[in-house]
Order: sequence, then structure tokens, then C-alpha cells
Amino acid sequence: MDTQDPSRRPTSGEGAGAKTADVYVEFNGVHKTYDGVTPIVRDLHLTVREGEFLTLLGPSGSGKTTCLMMLAGFEAPSAGAIRIDGRAVDAVPPRKRNIGMVFQNYALFPHMTVGANLAFPLQVRGLDRAAVAERVHRALRLVRLEGFEDRHPNQLSGGQQQRVAIARALVFEPRLVLMDEPLGALDRRLREEMQFEIRRIQRTLGVTVVYVTHDQQEAMAMSDRVAVFNAGRIEQVDSPEVLYEEPRRPFVASFIGDNNLLRGRVAAVDGDTCDVRVGDVVINAFMVTRHEVGDDVVLAVRPERTGLVSEAGTYTNEFVLRVEDMAFLGDHLRVLTNIGGHGFVVKIPNIVGHGGVLAGEGVHIGWATLDCRAMRPPEDESSD
Amino acid sequence: MLTASAGAPVMTSARHLGPGHYAHVVFCVLVFVFLIAPILVVVPLSFNAQPYFTFTEGMLRLDPDAYSLRWYTMVATSDAWLRALANSFLIGGSATALATALGTLAALGLSNPAMPARPLVMGLLISPMVTPVVISAAGMFFFYSTLGLTQTYLGLILAHAALGTPFVVITVTATLTGFDNNLLRAAASLGAGPWRSFRRVQLPIIAPGVASGALFAFATSFDEVVTVLFMGGLEQRTIPREMWAGIREQISPAILAVATLLIIFAVALMVTVEWLRRRSQRERG
Repeated sequence: MDTQDPSRRPTSGEGAGAKTADVYVEFNGVHKTYDGVTPIVRDLHLTVREGEFLTLLGPSGSGKTTCLMMLAGFEAPSAGAIRIDGRAVDAVPPRKRNIGMVFQNYALFPHMTVGANLAFPLQVRGLDRAAVAERVHRALRLVRLEGFEDRHPNQLSGGQQQRVAIARALVFEPRLVLMDEPLGALDRRLREEMQFEIRRIQRTLGVTVVYVTHDQQEAMAMSDRVAVFNAGRIEQVDSPEVLYEEPRRPFVASFIGDNNLLRGRVAAVDGDTCDVRVGDVVINAFMVTRHEVGDDVVLAVRPERTGLVSEAGTYTNEFVLRVEDMAFLGDHLRVLTNIGGHGFVVKIPNIVGHGGVLAGEGVHIGWATLDCRAMRPPEDESSD
Repeated sequence: MLTASAGAPVMTSARHLGPGHYAHVVFCVLVFVFLIAPILVVVPLSFNAQPYFTFTEGMLRLDPDAYSLRWYTMVATSDAWLRALANSFLIGGSATALATALGTLAALGLSNPAMPARPLVMGLLISPMVTPVVISAAGMFFFYSTLGLTQTYLGLILAHAALGTPFVVITVTATLTGFDNNLLRAAASLGAGPWRSFRRVQLPIIAPGVASGALFAFATSFDEVVTVLFMGGLEQRTIPREMWAGIREQISPAILAVATLLIIFAVALMVTVEWLRRRSQRERG
């Protein structure tokens, strides 16, 4: 199960591959505090591969933007080192890092035309007039804004300004581009369109992208890998599929998609599985981390991984639960039940047989051992 | 909904017709008259054909012969007035350049959160604006005389620069509060050094604030008489100093002609400031 992750420590999960040639960015033991007391980022280890689209995902205040700013050079780590392309960058000012950056509010120069905005980094680099014009044109074609050279940013829609900001971050052909919640100001439809657009551009150019967002769907849709931040730490770095299917921490389990989290105590251990007592029931679960009898654990069960039991013995865990509330949502029924004193949500697809579920009555549901993951509770995290 | 929308205009028009409203309008007009009449009355008087400061009978009858341009001619041909004009522009221009450069730098520094003792420094820089001019002028006189700067152009330029700097600090600081510092980060990420970021990104955006600060600094120097009385020698007589002499020594309506020219100049300055303000508003969209 854990083959993709040879180390048990999620924060150093990429440690085994960190020394390979395709590593482009490396955070090594990076710590950040503004007042010397409150840590913003704690002991952070992270590698970004060349050509990879890596997203830093987390709630606001979890340290993801601070990490991006340290990578860009606008903030300095309090401890630890950041390497770009094998070179320590602590002493390199932002303007010498050759990193493209897309800001949350785009940060287009309002007094310059689109063409002048794009020409700016090229003029700084001393390109001649013809080369500047050619590259500006190419960058605008890449973001599908040909012919917009002479407009001012305030004459453009939000989505167009976004495209200009992306073009400006790419026009000087940096190998690394950072994006700080670039789609935050756009409406939902435009945001989804731009997700595909940014992904297309990134694949076309093969550029390495580090992307910051608090929107887990956005992270899932765009990224090769996602680093999930919580309270200044990385909880897990993995592909979207692995994060969803094999969360290693309760925070990841609840932040990515829906999950029922149940607190319980290990009653018996058998290889990779264990029996966990939750209130008055015992649940058989897969152990993400090693546990002994008597350990407190958190169980995570996804609502859509539970099923109606039509024939007893289909699942390793089967219970008859009282239906406390239910909602019909078209393609599925969302049923609120109770297990061992915890609220427990069950998602029942709109297929034959689901009509038999009635509020106030019992429903016979079950799930497999592998769909029930036993993890260390969050309190233990700081003690390792 | 229909009644509400129909009712609203009726309410407002009723308010327009109230006696309180007329009293308010009359009061406002009186305020304007009080403020502007003493200034405007100078304009027709400056065309007086007689060497008086009052309206002659001919002027009141609108007799063309009662009006003349003789005082304007006199100003335009007087060495003293022309030298005063040159001095005013030389001292005002130099003091403005100095005040604008220093005031803008100060405002940039004061807008940096990392700058220590910001309120104190701000207070010191603003102090020439709140200190009575007589006091700063007397202080400067004693201080500058030990340095040998009294009765020199440099001395007056420095003194006027000190008086004009607060205006630049205030207008530029106000403009900087609306400035998006991410633009400087963007410029840095695109490879621009601090000087290029300032000149190509920040300065163009805060330019209206810098320009209106400069205009205020210039106006301060241009109509300043107290410091000039203390520090200026015969060589450094400016227009206000010459007007002061004109009133005290040779009561001549020539100063009315100069006053009229200054009013026109002041209006032009104000129009420029307003135009700059609107332009910057438009650019920020």
C-alpha cells in the first residue's frame, strides 16, 4: 500500500528521490517566524521536480503563501535553506532569481499598455526592439490575446488581465513560475476555464510551476502533485489520486473530499489491519501507521465508499444504523446516521434499492477494511 | 414599489422649496462673496488710469478713458519688478526642485513599515507647516547668519525648500497609501532593480501626487514674504517682497497689476492640480 512512499514521515516523503537529477526546487528544513516566537512555517522539507506542476494547498494562514514568497525571495527563511537548480538562493535577491510570478491581484502595471507590461522584463534583460516585439507577440499568442498589445489593463476583463499576468510571467522564459491564488478573483465558470488554460500552457512550455491555492478542487484538477499544508507544516505530498485514496493524516482525509472521521481505540492488531472500538461498536480498519493495542486512532471512511448491504457478509464491516436525516440530491442520497455516538454520513447512489432507505428507520450498510483507514490522531503530530 | 419610487422625487422637491433651503443658499453666496470679492476687486482697479487705489467716477461710468494699461506697462518696463519676477522664479523653481526631491524621498521612506520612529520623523518634517513663519524665519536668520547664508540666493532657496517640503511629504504620502506594493514585487520578479522599479513603475503612478506637492511647494515660495524680509538682501527681492516695498514706500497701483497677474497665475496652478488629480483618478480606473 505504501510503496509510493518509502518513508513514514510525510514531510520528508520525497526524501528518497530528492537527490535525483530532475529535482529543481528543494526546501530543506525551512523555518519561518516573524516575531521569533510564532512559527509560520515549521521544519519544511519539499522538493519540486523539473517540469512539474506542484500545488501548495491549505487553509489560509497555513504557511503556503509564505513558502511561495520565500521561494520568490520576498521573504527570507529564519532557518533552513532553499535551493533552485542545485544552487542555494538565500543570498540571491528576487530580481536575480529569474522566476516568473503571477500575483493574486495580477499586479499589472496600470500605466503601461499590455505590450509594455510584457516588454518590461525583456527590456530589463537588454533585448533589442525586434526581439522584444517578437517575444511579446509570441507570449500573447500563447495566452490567446493576440492584438491586445495597445490596450491598458483597466480596459480588460478579469480573465483577460489574468492571461496578461501569465504571459508577463512567461515572456522572459523562466524555468520556474510561481502562482499565488491567481484565480481567486474570477467567477466559477471562468476559473474552471482558466484551470485548463494554465495547465495547457504549462504542458506546452514544460515549465515548472509552483501554485498556491486554498481550493482543493482547483488543486486536484491542475496538479501533478499537491502538498497539503496545515499550521505551517506539510501533512502530505502526493498526486491528487493518492491524496484522495490514501490520506495519511486526518487533516488530509478531511480537507480533500468528504470523509467521516471517527475517534476510537485499537482493540486488536492483525498484520496491517486492526480492530478499533468506537463507542459501542468495533470496526475493522487498515492501519496507515503502525499502532499497538490501546492506541488512540482516527478512522476515516468516505461516504461514497459505503454501500447498502443486500446480503449479509458482503463487507468486513456491516452495521444497521438508524437514519437520522436524509437528503435527495439527484444522483445520490445523502443519509446522516450515527455510529458509536459519532455522526456518520453515507452516500447512496441513485440505483435500484435506494428507495428502501427511510428516515427514522434502520439502514443496513457496510464497507471494506481497505476503505476504512486508521491514522494517528492530530495531537500526536507535534511529539514526533 | 411604484409608490416608493414616485414618492421620493416629491420629497426632494419639497425640500428644495423650504425656507431653510433658501437661507442656506443665501448664506453660501455670502461666504463666497466674502472670500472672493476682496480678490476680484483688485482686477478692475489694476486698470485704473489714475494713480489711486479707489474707483474713480470715470471708472464707475465705464468710461473707456478711465481705464488704461499704464500700470501693466510700468511693471513690464520696471527693472525692479522684472528682477523680482526673475528672482521669484529662480528661488521658487530651485526650492521646489529641492523640496520635491527630498519630500518624495522622505515620503517613500516614511511609507516603509520597517522605518523606525515614523511618527516622530513625520512630525519633524511637517513642523515648518505648523510653526508660525515669523518664528521659523527668525530662527533661520540666526542659524543661517552663522553660516554666512543670509542675503544669498542659496540661503533663500534652502529656507523656502524647508517650508515647501511638508506639502510634498503630505501629498506623496497620501498617494503612496493607494499604491499597490505588489507592483514593486512584480517589477523585481521581472528582473528590475530598485532604481528601475522606482523610475518606470512607482514614479509614473505616484507622479500626480509628486506634481501637486511640487505645485504647493512652488506656491509657498512664490508668495512667501516673511523669510525674504529676514534673509533676502537687495539682490534677492522677490515679487511679494517688491509688493511689500511698493505698499510701504511708493504707493503705486502697479502692485494691483502685479496682483492681478498673480491671481491669474494662481488660478492656472489650481487648474493644473485639479487636472492632475482627475488624470490620476482616471488611470487608476
